[in-house]
Amino acid sequence: MEYQFDFGPVFIHWPDLLRGTWLTIWLTLAATAIGLPIAAILAAIRSYGPRPLRWLVGLYVELIRNTPFLIQLYFVFFAMPGLGLRMTANTAAILAMVVNLVAYAVEIVRAGLEAIPRGQIEAGRALGLGPLRILRHIVLAQALRIVYPALASQFVLQLLGSSLVSAIAAEELTAVANNIMIVTFRNFEVFGVVTAIYLTLSLAFRALLGTVHHRAFRWIG
Amino acid sequence: MLRDFGPNELLYLITAARWTVVLSLLAFAGGGLLGLVIALLRVSPWKPLRLLMIGYIQVMQGTPALMQLFMVYYGIGLFGIRPDPWVSAAYAFTVSSSAFFAEIWRGCIEAIPRGQWESARSLGLSFPLILRLVVLPQAFRIMIAPTIGYAVQIIKGTSLASLIGFTELARAGQVINTITFEPARVFGCVALIYFVLCWPLSYLSQRLETRIARSRGESVSLG
Repeated sequence: MEYQFDFGPVFIHWPDLLRGTWLTIWLTLAATAIGLPIAAILAAIRSYGPRPLRWLVGLYVELIRNTPFLIQLYFVFFAMPGLGLRMTANTAAILAMVVNLVAYAVEIVRAGLEAIPRGQIEAGRALGLGPLRILRHIVLAQALRIVYPALASQFVLQLLGSSLVSAIAAEELTAVANNIMIVTFRNFEVFGVVTAIYLTLSLAFRALLGTVHHRAFRWIG
Repeated sequence: MLRDFGPNELLYLITAARWTVVLSLLAFAGGGLLGLVIALLRVSPWKPLRLLMIGYIQVMQGTPALMQLFMVYYGIGLFGIRPDPWVSAAYAFTVSSSAFFAEIWRGCIEAIPRGQWESARSLGLSFPLILRLVVLPQAFRIMIAPTIGYAVQIIKGTSLASLIGFTELARAGQVINTITFEPARVFGCVALIYFVLCWPLSYLSQRLETRIARSRGESVSLG
């Protein structure tokens, strides 16, 4: 192998890499912040709602979980404008990520909801609590603790999966890598560096979420 | 010149889906074999090997599959070989699915109570024999459902190959979209084809999981 590795031309572009990394984190955080509350509501509907609504949420979950994220992304970015919804690449990216995340999170949260014994809900009703307060104080408070680890790994999967939104030219880390590759021709070095950045991000977030888990749930019991 | 999205275009998508299936089968078989070896080494009594496998799994699960694909695709070029989408995709998906298979199967193997390992060892069985006679036959039953479930992830994951120019279903969709400019119908059909490939497997996996959980007397919640 005659090839001489040269990372210099890649590191010259560190401001771009930094901006891309930041956008990757930002897209993931935004999609999670928007998606989780929606998922919690849909999971409650899926477990306790009226039958037609339950079925509808189930259909949504199955449709999204059995099709690739890339196609969902294309659908949002290319097909939505035809329906009168124009949006930037970043908005389309977040929307597609939310749609995808919600489907997985609904199933995760639902598993947590169903681990809460019915008797507790009945006890709450006997105390005169309304359905929303029962959901918040009795069911979700406990269910979120049960499902936290699964949600945390879903977050990391979301972070890694966000690399796909480079396909619609959202300027996150992978897209930055593609741009640097075009001007430096250092293909392998660029993707090596960017892969290392992703690895650092996912390990850091895993550690961070683990610490939060430890701290946040200790005093709840 | 724009074309309409008609039966010919749909047929083109369906024929392209065949490469999605072939690539998925390759990744499933290759990833399964490699993953089995890694899973067994991961539970083996040799610590350095175990640590090495933990590292491998961490790195593969901690980096995007797309990056792994690009690394292989552009990495091959360093050896003076012209990058080929087929070889790159098959290789990258094998490597990345092997890590996930290894983690799934390790979980199943470790679900077998520790006491069985200990009693087998006290009977004088070696590590390979314990695996073959005691652990794997029992673990196999609980391995089936999550393995089928992961096959769905593999099928969906092959869509990434479109980004290095491999003409499977996702890329065929892009091609048809460029000449018809009817994104809603084109990507709707593409999604539907993926759904037809994936949903039966998802369904089967969930059914098996429920049945095994019931047979063990666990409270059932579909994951």
